[in-house]
Amino acid sequence: MNSRFSLATVIWREIWQRKSRLISGLLTITLGIAVIIGIESVTSVSKEVVKKKLDLLGANILVLPQAASVDDYYSADIDAPTFPEEYVERIATSMLPGVDNLSPKLSRRIKVSGYPVVLTGIMPSNELASKPIWQASGLMAADLKLACATSSNPSDTTRLDPSLKRGTVDSLAATDVWVGSMVAERLKLTTGGTVTLEGKEFKVAHVLPETGTVDDNRIFAHLHSVQQLLGTGAQTSAIEIMGCCNAISDGLLGKLRNILPDTRITTINSIVNTQIETNKLMSKVSLILLVIIVVVGSIAIGNYMWANVEERRKEIGTLITIGFTRRRIYRLFFTKSLILGLVGGTLGYLLGTLAAMVLGPQLAGLKISPIPIYLLWSLIVASTIALVGSWYPVYRAARLDPALIMQET
Amino acid sequence: MFTLENLTKIYQHRSEEVHALDKITMEIAQGSFVVVTGGSGSGKTTLLLTLGGIIHPTSGSLRVKGASLYDYSSNQLAAYRNRTVGFVLQTFNLVPYLTALENVMMPMLLNRDLEEEPHNRAMKLLDHLGMSSRQHFLPRELSIGQQQRVAIARALANDPDVILADEPTGNLDPTLSGEILTVLKNLNQRDGRTIIMVTHSPLAAEYGTMRLSLKDGRIES
Repeated sequence: MNSRFSLATVIWREIWQRKSRLISGLLTITLGIAVIIGIESVTSVSKEVVKKKLDLLGANILVLPQAASVDDYYSADIDAPTFPEEYVERIATSMLPGVDNLSPKLSRRIKVSGYPVVLTGIMPSNELASKPIWQASGLMAADLKLACATSSNPSDTTRLDPSLKRGTVDSLAATDVWVGSMVAERLKLTTGGTVTLEGKEFKVAHVLPETGTVDDNRIFAHLHSVQQLLGTGAQTSAIEIMGCCNAISDGLLGKLRNILPDTRITTINSIVNTQIETNKLMSKVSLILLVIIVVVGSIAIGNYMWANVEERRKEIGTLITIGFTRRRIYRLFFTKSLILGLVGGTLGYLLGTLAAMVLGPQLAGLKISPIPIYLLWSLIVASTIALVGSWYPVYRAARLDPALIMQET
Repeated sequence: MFTLENLTKIYQHRSEEVHALDKITMEIAQGSFVVVTGGSGSGKTTLLLTLGGIIHPTSGSLRVKGASLYDYSSNQLAAYRNRTVGFVLQTFNLVPYLTALENVMMPMLLNRDLEEEPHNRAMKLLDHLGMSSRQHFLPRELSIGQQQRVAIARALANDPDVILADEPTGNLDPTLSGEILTVLKNLNQRDGRTIIMVTHSPLAAEYGTMRLSLKDGRIES
C-alpha cells in the first residue's frame, strides 16, 4: 500500500479520516442533484404524456386559400375560395418533420329539406386522425398514429399515409355520409337511413357523436363525392394539419408557406399556444430549480471548504516547507472538490432516479425509467458546483502566509 | 554555505514599520551547528524562515552556495525547500491523517531525482531514529518525543544539506530534549549537515558550534 503512496493517497486519506465532516458537504450536493434528477425524470416523462394528450385535442394548423379567412372556413360560404387538392400531396411528399396528419376538406352550405347544413367533403381516415373524439366514440377501428415523435425523423417514410392518394380511401363509400348529431336530430336521420343532398341520394353510414362544435351541424361525405356533387373539380377549401408543437416552434409554418406560397397558413392558436406554453413552463421550472440548487450547493460547498482550509492551516504551512508550490496546493484542494462533486453527482443521480421511479407512479401516475444521459449531466453540474464553491477557499489556502502559519501554535 | 549581506526584513504593522531583521551580515559555513538565541520578537524565526526560502527579505542578499536565493523562481524555491533544507518545528507539524511512514514519504513525492525507492528510504530513516516499529501509527497515536523523531526523519527525507530547527525541544521534557539534541548533533558531526537551530533553551544552546544572539533584528553577539 505504502509503495504506491501518491498525492491521490494523501487526498483520499484526508477525506477518509475526516469523513464525518465531509458528510454535510456531500449531502448538500447529493440532495441537490437528487432533486434536479427527480424532477427532470418526472418532467421528461410528463412532457411526453402532456404532448400526447395535447395532440388528442386535434389539428392545430390550418391551410386556407390566400383570400380566405378563418371565418370563411367555419361559415363555409358558397363563394368561399378554394385551392387544388394536389396541395395535399405536395405537403405529404415534402417529408417535413412534424407533420403528423393531413386532413383536406371542401365545405359548402346547402339546404336539406329546407334545413341549412354544411356539407363537408373529407378523406375519412385522415379526418379521423384529426378528430380524436370521433375515434373515442368507436366510430372506426382505424389504426391511427397520433404521436409526434415518429414524424420528427424525415427519413421515416411510414408517416406517409397511403390514403392521401386519390382513390385509395374505401372506409367511406362514394354514396355514404356521416351525419352530425344536430343534423340527425333535426332531420330525424338514423344510421342505415338515406338522405338526399343536392338531388342525389346518400346512405347514412353513421350518426356522429355530439362534439359541441360546428361539426354537429355538418354532413360529411367523401371529398371526391362532394367535389363531384358540387361540380368544383379537384378543389378543397382547407387542409387541417396536426403539427407537432415542437416543430411549430421550430418554424414549421414558414416551411409550409415555402411549399404553398399562394395559401394562407395559420395556427389554431389556443391549441398550439397551450402546447408550447406547457412545455415552456416545465423547462422554466427545471431551470429555476437548477439555478437555486447551483447557488445553494455552491454556498454549502464553499462553507465546507472554508472550514476545511481553516482546519488545515498548519498542514498547508507544513506542505509549503516541504516544497509544495501554490499550484500543488490548488491541485490538492481542487482534486478533493472534484471527488466531492463526482461522488455527490453519482449518488444524487441514483437517489433522484430511485425517488422518481418510486414516487412517480404514486404521485403523478407516471412510469419513470432511468435516463442514463442524466448521469453525465449530474456529474457535470455537481463537479461545477463543487469547483465553483471551493474556488475562493482554495485560492485563500494557496495564498496563506506560511511564515504566519509556522508561528501559530 | 550561507552568505548574508545587509539582510533586512521589514513588516508593516498598521502604520508602523517593524524591523524583524535589520541589516544582518554574516557567513554560515557548511557543516556548522549554529544556535540562534534571543528574546521573543528578536527575529530568530524570521531569520530561520528566510534561510529556508519562505520569507522574502525586504532588502539585502542571501546567497546559498554562491547563488542568490531570492532570485530563484517560485518553482526553484520550492525545490530548494524540498531538497536543500529540511525543517524541524516546535509543534512537529506532522500531517495528522497520514501514518509516520507516509509523513516521512511526503517530501519524496515531490522529488523525481530520488535514487532510492521512497518506501525503503523512509523505512531506513525511521529505523535510524528508532521508529520503525511505529511506522503505521498516526501522529496522535505517538508520544511527543516520537512525533519529533518522525518530524526529523521527514526533514531528512530528501537528504538535505541543511536542517533548520525552530525550537525543536520546546515541547519536550529534559530527557527527550537531550535525545533530540543528540540526534541533531549526530546529523551535524557524523553526517556533516549544517544545523541552524533557534532555541530559548540554554541546554540546547550548548550543542552549537556557533552561537548567534539576536535583539531587535540585529546580531547582538
